Amino acid sequence: MELSAKKTFIEHFEQAPMYVAVLTFVGFGVGTVFGYLRDFMRAWGLEKRNVAQEREQQKDFVPLYQDFENFYTRNLYVRIRDNWNRPICSVPGPQFDLMERVTDDYNWTFRFTGRTIKNVINMGSYNYLGFAETDPNALKTVAKELQRYGTGICSTRQEMGTLDKHVELENLVAKFLGVEDAMVFGMGFATNSMNIPALVGKGCLILSDELNHTSLVLGARLSGATIRIFKHNNMQSLEKLLRDAIVYGQPRSRRAWRKIIILVEGIYSMEGSIVRLPEIVSLKNKYKAYLYLDEAHSIGAVGATGRGVVEYFGMNPNDVDVLMGTFTKSFGAAGGYIAGKKGLVDFLRTHSHSAVYATSMCPPVAEQIIRAMKCLMGLDGTTQGKLRQLGKNTRYFRRRLHEMGFIIYGNDDSPVVPLLLYMPGKIGAFARRMLEKNIGVVVVGFPATPITESRARFCVSAAHTREMLDTVLNALDELGDFLHLKYSRYSKSSHPELYEETRFEFED
Amino acid sequence: MAAAVGMGQQWVLVEMVQAFYEAPAYHLILEGILILWIIRLIFSKTYKLQERSDLTPKEKEELIEEWQPEPLVPPVSKDHPALNYNIVSGPPTHKIIVNGKECVNFASFNFLGLLDNEKSAAQASLKKYGVGTCGPRGFYGTFDVHLELEDRLAKFMRTEEAIIYSYGFATIASAIPAYSKRGDIVFVDEAACFAIQKGLQASRSNIKLFKHNDMTDLERLLKEQETEDQKNPRKARVTRRFIVVEGLYMNTGDICPLPELIKLKYKYKVRIFLEESLSFGVLGEHGRGITEHFGINIDDIDLISANMENSLASIGGFCCGRSFIIDHQRLSGQGYCFSASLPPLLAAAAIEALNIMEDNPEIFQTLRAKCERIHRALQGISGLRVVGESFSPALHLRLEDSYGSRENDVKLLKRIVDYCINSGIALTQARYLEKEEKCLPSPSIRVVVTVEQTEQELDKAASLIKEAAKSVLN
Repeated sequence: MELSAKKTFIEHFEQAPMYVAVLTFVGFGVGTVFGYLRDFMRAWGLEKRNVAQEREQQKDFVPLYQDFENFYTRNLYVRIRDNWNRPICSVPGPQFDLMERVTDDYNWTFRFTGRTIKNVINMGSYNYLGFAETDPNALKTVAKELQRYGTGICSTRQEMGTLDKHVELENLVAKFLGVEDAMVFGMGFATNSMNIPALVGKGCLILSDELNHTSLVLGARLSGATIRIFKHNNMQSLEKLLRDAIVYGQPRSRRAWRKIIILVEGIYSMEGSIVRLPEIVSLKNKYKAYLYLDEAHSIGAVGATGRGVVEYFGMNPNDVDVLMGTFTKSFGAAGGYIAGKKGLVDFLRTHSHSAVYATSMCPPVAEQIIRAMKCLMGLDGTTQGKLRQLGKNTRYFRRRLHEMGFIIYGNDDSPVVPLLLYMPGKIGAFARRMLEKNIGVVVVGFPATPITESRARFCVSAAHTREMLDTVLNALDELGDFLHLKYSRYSKSSHPELYEETRFEFED
Repeated sequence: MAAAVGMGQQWVLVEMVQAFYEAPAYHLILEGILILWIIRLIFSKTYKLQERSDLTPKEKEELIEEWQPEPLVPPVSKDHPALNYNIVSGPPTHKIIVNGKECVNFASFNFLGLLDNEKSAAQASLKKYGVGTCGPRGFYGTFDVHLELEDRLAKFMRTEEAIIYSYGFATIASAIPAYSKRGDIVFVDEAACFAIQKGLQASRSNIKLFKHNDMTDLERLLKEQETEDQKNPRKARVTRRFIVVEGLYMNTGDICPLPELIKLKYKYKVRIFLEESLSFGVLGEHGRGITEHFGINIDDIDLISANMENSLASIGGFCCGRSFIIDHQRLSGQGYCFSASLPPLLAAAAIEALNIMEDNPEIFQTLRAKCERIHRALQGISGLRVVGESFSPALHLRLEDSYGSRENDVKLLKRIVDYCINSGIALTQARYLEKEEKCLPSPSIRVVVTVEQTEQELDKAASLIKEAAKSVLN
């Protein structure tokens, strides 16, 4: 077990040269100018309005959307929106089939030609362990349960919606994570947004990381507690907030806070960084706060046996008060769970919004999770090969990208690999050209990322073979030269010790 | 005198410099010191009162040592009424095994009995797509089945566009905040379900509750708003207004008076959001919901939201309406953009359910007849009264008078439910979060009617409930 504990924590957040930021702003500026020009032409009827319009009978109602709110959508997003929402028509495995989609009016409307682009290499789906498969042998039990139970539940957990399958799954999840008890929910997003309000309320303090997912932010807002943000993965910022909170109490009334809860994620999906768990746990023990860990991307993907960041750092699952995760990513299913002490889970069974008002998880999906978990735990005879393969693929992919000279963010062990593009023009060019080479990538820009840091995000999977990764890397090499994406100042070297550049300086 | 003033008005730069040279030294030095003092005051730190009484590091350490937080969760007693779930072994179909006893299912919202009929379509989808979609809609999580389902739903409901969500609760809870923001006004019925309440809370708009199904109360609120608007017309021009109602209310089994609402909509220029989770697939000649029931043009309703977990016996939800409205959710519906999409096998099951609904429109009549039958049969039970319309498939049985506290009522109802389960009819109490609901409904037993229940079973259920009520309440 000690061998799996990481002793070195290498994360990269290299900053691009200054001219890149300048050119990015110039790019957005040009886009904005043309946006105004286009709006002007549309307003004066010189250009066709392609957006749907309000009904005639309701033209005198208060407008539903402010023109300015949609400026970005209308003029910048629409230009490159063929790179998102690409429909697929096969299993989202390491390769998939895309439906060919063309536009006759610059992305305002699409039509399908009826052809499919076959065997596109999939670098976008969250399929870390390769459980998204259609092998009939693997899905035997799922098909059986589907035949037995059907797809619907038609009731909530507290009414008539708890099936024996849920009990089996919850026991398995608790065993997998090494905790006393667990509870599962039908949707990962809803797990956060419906349980955080049950755990904290008015008079409590939530300390949330800067880059937390929308579901955590929504759950925190719905709870009614006070929210304070600390800088991403920055322990000094967190400690300062903790000290100030305890010493000064609630604003204005100076009463003590009822409880303080820290919300962090295991792996942050846009940065690829891993949370500094040992330091957070020591802070939380020192200041008597509670820790809520959202392992949406890290469960099943890091750690020697796939138990997530807790195992990755060699820590005890009891160190974390609330272990939360989703089954969508590594397990190829849907839904979420919360695990921890029995008292916590009992409380959630009685007070969670999801238990009372939302439908429970559907049985075939539960069976998929059970079989995936059993495979990971080695209970059904298959080996631990998947995790090792994922680790190998991740390290290989990251190393090669560093060598080529791209700027990659994140921890060396995280299977989420953001490659920085910076300029808005390159977002569209990159994704389209990769598709021409039969590789499907995900690109993200503002507002999901800061305005100057648009990126392409790769999700390495255990199901990717070395040939597939090499194809992708060669394509990236070519494209990187063509689009001038190799901004890194540490290029063409294969000595990892040189890359110890982290964005935050610490004296440990 | 005039000459001197005239000279003052022609004060020229050259003369200013001359005056500078002619001034005495002490004057210049004094001026210089004053200017430097002003500059220092401008750039020095402001003097905060708090710093004078700031704590010493030792005091801070003491405070940190002393502070004791509450436990993360309060302890839950073992006999909390909601802790011990009824465990169903096997599928929750017509004949259900609850806690080991075989019963007829009067508790699952499987109104059209479609739970058994979607399996082959779901199996085919499983073979082709696997189970999960491994991504949100924007990042390769859009499958052709999703597009097909959206298309079919839009055609079925006769609207321009539909959008599907992967969870029923998240549908309306994401749709409302996508349109209504801080500063907007929403008029919502008191008996609105919890998902609507959460959507409203997330939107941070001004919420105005009107009494359940009371159009005069709503009109009063609208008139008040109108007078407010006249005081500040500029603000009124940018404040959006919405009415959120349900077709068939989950908490009371009533129907909303849609024709009057439409009149109010055009009179006061308010948009209507309609939540049709219970009425989709139930009301109307073809199951299109309350708009078909009342014969209203569907374009008059701005947004219809429903979940697919009741009549369609799948998982998820959808919103339908004009493209002008629905398209906006593709970028601002949080449950749509930031969450993985619906597993394809569930979407295929929903499409199959739609096929069955379209091919067999007589099931809606059958369902209505059964609802009326049991509604009649449950009248006149001493101690319990039926709450809900005669054609509503989800009824409530409430106690005629309360027996002291809510806790006692809940216990009594639990005994009635247990009696029924022991005798072969599966019922459940309607569950609520007591501290979180805005207007907490009284405790009740939920009775759900499905097309699969035979007339004998309906009669048996009614007589069993009568028996249970007599034995427990007397």
